Amino acid sequence: MDFLITFLNGLSLGGIYAMIALGYTMVYGIAKMLNFAHGDIIMVGGYTILVFLWINPIVAIIASVIFCMLMGIVIEKVAYKPLRGASPLAVLITAIGVSYLLQSIAQMAFGSAPKFVVIADLGTLKIGEIAIGYSTIITLACSAVIMVGLNLFVKFSKTGRAMIAVSEDKGAAQLMGINVNNIIMITFAIGSALAALASLFFLLKAPTMTPTFGALPGIKAFTAAVIGGIGSIPGAMVGGLLLGVIECFAQAVPAIAPYTDAIEFSILIIILLVKPTGLLGKKRREKV
Amino acid sequence: MSKDNKFMGFLKSFKWKKYINYIIIGGATIVLAILAATGVISDRSDRVLLEKIAISMILATSLSLVVGFLGELSLGHAGFMCVGAYLGGKIAALLAAPLGSGMLTLVISLVVGGLAAGLCGFIIGLPALRLKGDYLAITTLAFGEIVRTIFQNTSAESFGGAMGLPTPIFSDRKYFFVICFVMVLITLFVIQNLIRSKHGRAITAIRDNEIAAKATGINVTKYKLVGFIVAAVFAGFAGVLFSFTASSVQSSSFDYNYSIEMLVIVVLGGMGNINGSLIAAALITFLNTKLQTSLEGDMAVLKDLVYALVLIVIVVYSNSPKLKSFRDKYNLHNLFAKLSKNKHESDDTKRWDVVPTKIKMDALLSTDVVVNDPKPDKPDKAPKDSKEDK
Repeated sequence: MDFLITFLNGLSLGGIYAMIALGYTMVYGIAKMLNFAHGDIIMVGGYTILVFLWINPIVAIIASVIFCMLMGIVIEKVAYKPLRGASPLAVLITAIGVSYLLQSIAQMAFGSAPKFVVIADLGTLKIGEIAIGYSTIITLACSAVIMVGLNLFVKFSKTGRAMIAVSEDKGAAQLMGINVNNIIMITFAIGSALAALASLFFLLKAPTMTPTFGALPGIKAFTAAVIGGIGSIPGAMVGGLLLGVIECFAQAVPAIAPYTDAIEFSILIIILLVKPTGLLGKKRREKV
Repeated sequence: MSKDNKFMGFLKSFKWKKYINYIIIGGATIVLAILAATGVISDRSDRVLLEKIAISMILATSLSLVVGFLGELSLGHAGFMCVGAYLGGKIAALLAAPLGSGMLTLVISLVVGGLAAGLCGFIIGLPALRLKGDYLAITTLAFGEIVRTIFQNTSAESFGGAMGLPTPIFSDRKYFFVICFVMVLITLFVIQNLIRSKHGRAITAIRDNEIAAKATGINVTKYKLVGFIVAAVFAGFAGVLFSFTASSVQSSSFDYNYSIEMLVIVVLGGMGNINGSLIAAALITFLNTKLQTSLEGDMAVLKDLVYALVLIVIVVYSNSPKLKSFRDKYNLHNLFAKLSKNKHESDDTKRWDVVPTKIKMDALLSTDVVVNDPKPDKPDKAPKDSKEDK
């Protein structure tokens, strides 16, 4: 029974990682940049929920999603857009700068002490011996819906197909009449919205928020995206779920629990050694 | 008379530009040593600041080799430092009883820490042969975090675990920063000479175009590993020095944020420019430490805010393709040229600190390349340079 509970917990954690990883992977696929500030969008979402929680939890959640979308768009316009065409390393450093900026603004506004953000006490579901938090179930259900929805959106909607086109060949997409700038903006908005939702599910699991909250989930989700093959949407989902399950099982065994992070990162290295572009990543031919 | 002429001849032929960084750092070291001996620098905080600056100079120079010259993004440099700090610190603590806590112990712990870090560099260099760009970046980041987690969970007797490893004692603690600066000189000497050698040219060739480098017969495997190992060894040295200076060796001080800080220094200093890295290391460490001690409480956040804003503005300003014409018009180089009226044509091939920049593959293929010419030629500048090449 313990096995099943751990597995379900792992899947729900993996669902959250997958949501964040989707943000990384979509931005990477379309803008060809590592958005190091993506993890901090989670933190922004968490604090936005805290600010609007006095009205109504639902309002807070919607406000957080909208605010994060706007945040993502503003960051893209101000920090990344001027650097389009510059070296990837310059963009990376700017992203790191944005990450520091968000963290320090949050610290100025809310202080460095952890804040408690209790959205709702959902209780636990008991079926015989199995006791699962409702938060876990909601997270699982929501992340499943989001993933399926996103896949359908990308595959069948006009915007989604434009996104695929831009990720494959920016120049050709532009020739086909796709507004590349708009597509990049939409990608950032979707990624940031997913990060806001991720912060909601994190808060349902453990209701504390600090200015550096986003750093570790951000890195983990980035790892998940790379395991799945960065740039690939199904890859991010697979990588996220895999990482979440591994993390929960490692933490369930007391002897190896302190080494959880090390185990996750070792699995990343091993997978990359066997498949250098991740599980579902495309191999790129290099042309001379 | 003849002796005098010889000396003048030597002075004339001496390539000041080539050795200016040794002269400045060496001079600074001597001045600082004298100041320490006469008791001007006796404040503990000043010494700690100088030690910090020296350590980040070593780290920046070694990271510059991987990022700026080998062209591989490494986010795990703190991991090598962590290995050096823990192993070097432990060895120094073990040797303190039989050998005392003087130079000999320090040298042995430096060797052990450096070798251990070099071994890690070899291990992390292996995936680097298969992985590219961002995949390699996340692998190095993962490596750094793995190393850190492992040391964090060691038992209290072995490496201190969560409590941290107690700092080894050094008998002449007062002069430790002088040793740190001597290490900077050694690092600079080795890495700069490596880059200026045939092997360094091979390393930069791999950066510019791996396939072309392979086609010209460069052993890519070997040089990538050499780059990673040398950088790791010096990061290990920095770690050992760090273990002597910090109040205790904590695994949390080697998290990926520290690696990123080093990367920021290298990028701000200018990719593939060691002197730039050195200056950036000194400046940023100085500002960071000074601001950290002078600002307290909520003001400390202000420092991070300013740091972040400055970082974004500098990178956007100096890299944005749209601002290129503006940059070309108003930059320091032009300003100095105007001030010192003798207009030197900027000649990249004569500047040793800047290794020839990226060659455009198409341009290279469409022109005849002299096979034995060690200098990669630059077709777009060729007519201007040709009269100066001797």
